Amino acid sequence: MIEWVWLIPALPAAGVIINGLLGNRYIKERAHYVGVGSTALSLLVALFVIGAAIKNPGPHNVRLFDWVVAGSLHVDVAFLVDPLSAVMLFVVCGVGFLVHVYSIGYMRGDPGYPRFFTWLNLFMFSMLLLILGNNYLLMFVGWEGVGLCSYLLIGYWFERKSASDAANKAFIVNRIGDAGFLLGIFLIFKTFGSLAYAQVFAAAPGALSTGVATAIGIALFIGAVGKSAQLPLYVWLPDAMEGPTPVSALIHAATMVTAGVYMVARSAVIYNLAPDALLVVAVVGALTAIFAASIGLVQNDIKRVLAYSTVSQLGYMFLALGVGAYISGIFHLMTHAFFKGLLFLGSGSVIHAMSGEQDMRRMGALRKHIPITAITFYIGALAISGIPPFAGFWSKDEILAEAFKSGHYVLWIIGVATALMTAFYMFRLIYLTFYGASRVAEHAAHHLHESPPSMTAPLVILAGLSIIGGAIPGFPPEKGMFHAFLSQVPGMAPAGGGHAGLVGTALAAQEGAQAAHELSSAMHWFLILLSVAVAVAGWALAKHFYVRRPHLPERLARRFGGLYRLLLNKYWVDEIYDAVIVNPCKRFATFLWNFDAWVIDGIVNATSRLTVLNADFSAFFDRYTVDGAVNGLASVLQGWAGVFRRLQTGFVQNYALAMLLGIFAIVSLYLFV
Amino acid sequence: MISLQHYLALGAILFAIGVVGVLTRRNAILILMAIELMLNGVNITLIAFARHAGNLTGQIFVLFIITVAAAEAAVGLALVIALFRGRDTLNVDEIHLLKW
Repeated sequence: MIEWVWLIPALPAAGVIINGLLGNRYIKERAHYVGVGSTALSLLVALFVIGAAIKNPGPHNVRLFDWVVAGSLHVDVAFLVDPLSAVMLFVVCGVGFLVHVYSIGYMRGDPGYPRFFTWLNLFMFSMLLLILGNNYLLMFVGWEGVGLCSYLLIGYWFERKSASDAANKAFIVNRIGDAGFLLGIFLIFKTFGSLAYAQVFAAAPGALSTGVATAIGIALFIGAVGKSAQLPLYVWLPDAMEGPTPVSALIHAATMVTAGVYMVARSAVIYNLAPDALLVVAVVGALTAIFAASIGLVQNDIKRVLAYSTVSQLGYMFLALGVGAYISGIFHLMTHAFFKGLLFLGSGSVIHAMSGEQDMRRMGALRKHIPITAITFYIGALAISGIPPFAGFWSKDEILAEAFKSGHYVLWIIGVATALMTAFYMFRLIYLTFYGASRVAEHAAHHLHESPPSMTAPLVILAGLSIIGGAIPGFPPEKGMFHAFLSQVPGMAPAGGGHAGLVGTALAAQEGAQAAHELSSAMHWFLILLSVAVAVAGWALAKHFYVRRPHLPERLARRFGGLYRLLLNKYWVDEIYDAVIVNPCKRFATFLWNFDAWVIDGIVNATSRLTVLNADFSAFFDRYTVDGAVNGLASVLQGWAGVFRRLQTGFVQNYALAMLLGIFAIVSLYLFV
Repeated sequence: MISLQHYLALGAILFAIGVVGVLTRRNAILILMAIELMLNGVNITLIAFARHAGNLTGQIFVLFIITVAAAEAAVGLALVIALFRGRDTLNVDEIHLLKW
């Protein structure tokens, strides 16, 4: 079964070709048959492959053909099926399929309907290439492919300037990260002479010094920072909400933005040798988590709240990776894909019902009008807040426990504080949107309606996954079947292995892994209770603020005006970037343009003037000297020819007379001389 | 007795009349006729010498000349007709395409 793995990306690729070539002219509003159909088949194959991978974890390398063979560089197009890619496969194909189904309802009637499904399928293809490739180069191809699709889909409504600006921003900011990723790949190739995971990871423990490992780790992480929207490159993700909501759900919440997490987890072997790089990952992750969560506290646009929440949750994942708990990070990636996909699709359903309104200040009391959306949204909020037994609880609890165990208490405290904020802003969103008094505008109130089944069905399925998707694979914590499954991947197990990072060298890494101190069960229970308590506290706080005493937030905002404005304006990060980076770049570009226009062009123009002058002189010389000589010669010849041609009278009789005289002369000479 | 000299004188006189005709006539047909006179002058000379030397070569040569003269007359008259059709004149002073 596993050798059929190439079908999984190939099917969406076929969808791209069919919809891309025939979509606008022939398929039109039937484009979803191709788009959803190819994704459904892809999911089917994926489920079989995952089943096979569970039975026999591999790793299985499925080699298709040589791709790049140049000197010592040899890269195959080959797919790797192991527990890590199986999990990613489940997330990408599963959520991808649901989002495709959802898009049928959400995008209905849009003039670009076939284009939308073409890009969405192209995204599936690229993402599957990214997670299935068995070498860094193939991953990079997928990496750039999803970046392109992200750009195309953010700018899907490109008539809107804000959308095309957001698309450009996402693309440019990602370029910065991609440069880092590329440097990492170069370093890997220089060190190992190969890009295939199997060879690199097999050689890494011996061939890699801590310094090089740190350099590779940091370079790869820069790529992850761009793609997964971490500090300081997260700025593109909130703006990416300009794209259609299914895109936000699939690309900017569930799958593409987690590519960085996948990449770091995939490179676990390298990171285990580079404790400093891991520390950077952990610190950046934790800072991003709390930074984004604090912005999310006060945003009013329903999708922006979710966007900052995504940035924050991605920070959690990196925190987990950074403390060496790769499996917990991937676990959170999976549960996050479920509940954040659900929340985004739910917000899409709300926006759909509200005829396009996204401002929560103009919502309220929607629960009665769109009950399915409200209930599923509620489940998603419970899951992300970490209320047991919903999915988010299990993964988040693990991450916090691992952070605590790693001994980085500051990071742990940041994580706990972020959990509090997460619960608060999620339930703030719920209460503002679904509860309280209706603040819906007149014209929108008339059209309030529940979404069609193609949209609510994915919501219900994702809600189901958000309920059970954490407890079943994740129970008991750190020993569940998810851990058992993923610990077969090299470098990721045992879960404590990453503590190594904090101990120091590679050798210590292994010893540290074995000696990883287990927490006492009392401590364990304390941590669990604490994280639940924090989640409930956030929930209660939100309820207190937005249900019991709805005027309190305003008063607080007035009381702490400076802080409120700071958060509302997102720490003015965009403005700071504009002032510090964008505008100097623009000014420098203007300067270069002026330099080009005046100096370079001046030199070029001066050269051309000189050439013209020189040419004029040459022409003069040619005309009067060379031509003069030639024409003069011709005139002389013509003159003499004019004289001599008088002899040729044209009268034959003259010639005959001349001939006769000649004969007389010759004969006379002969006879008389 | 008519001697060789008489024949040669006759041939010379005929040839001279022909030359004068060629040089002085302005009508193309008359020029052609004058050329015939020159040819016949030469023929008489050749026959006279052949008779005198007892050699048949001269007579055979004359036969050739008569043949060529016939052909020449045919071609020449054809040219004259063509010329007349094209230019409505046979005055050689007016036929001066080769003039400068």
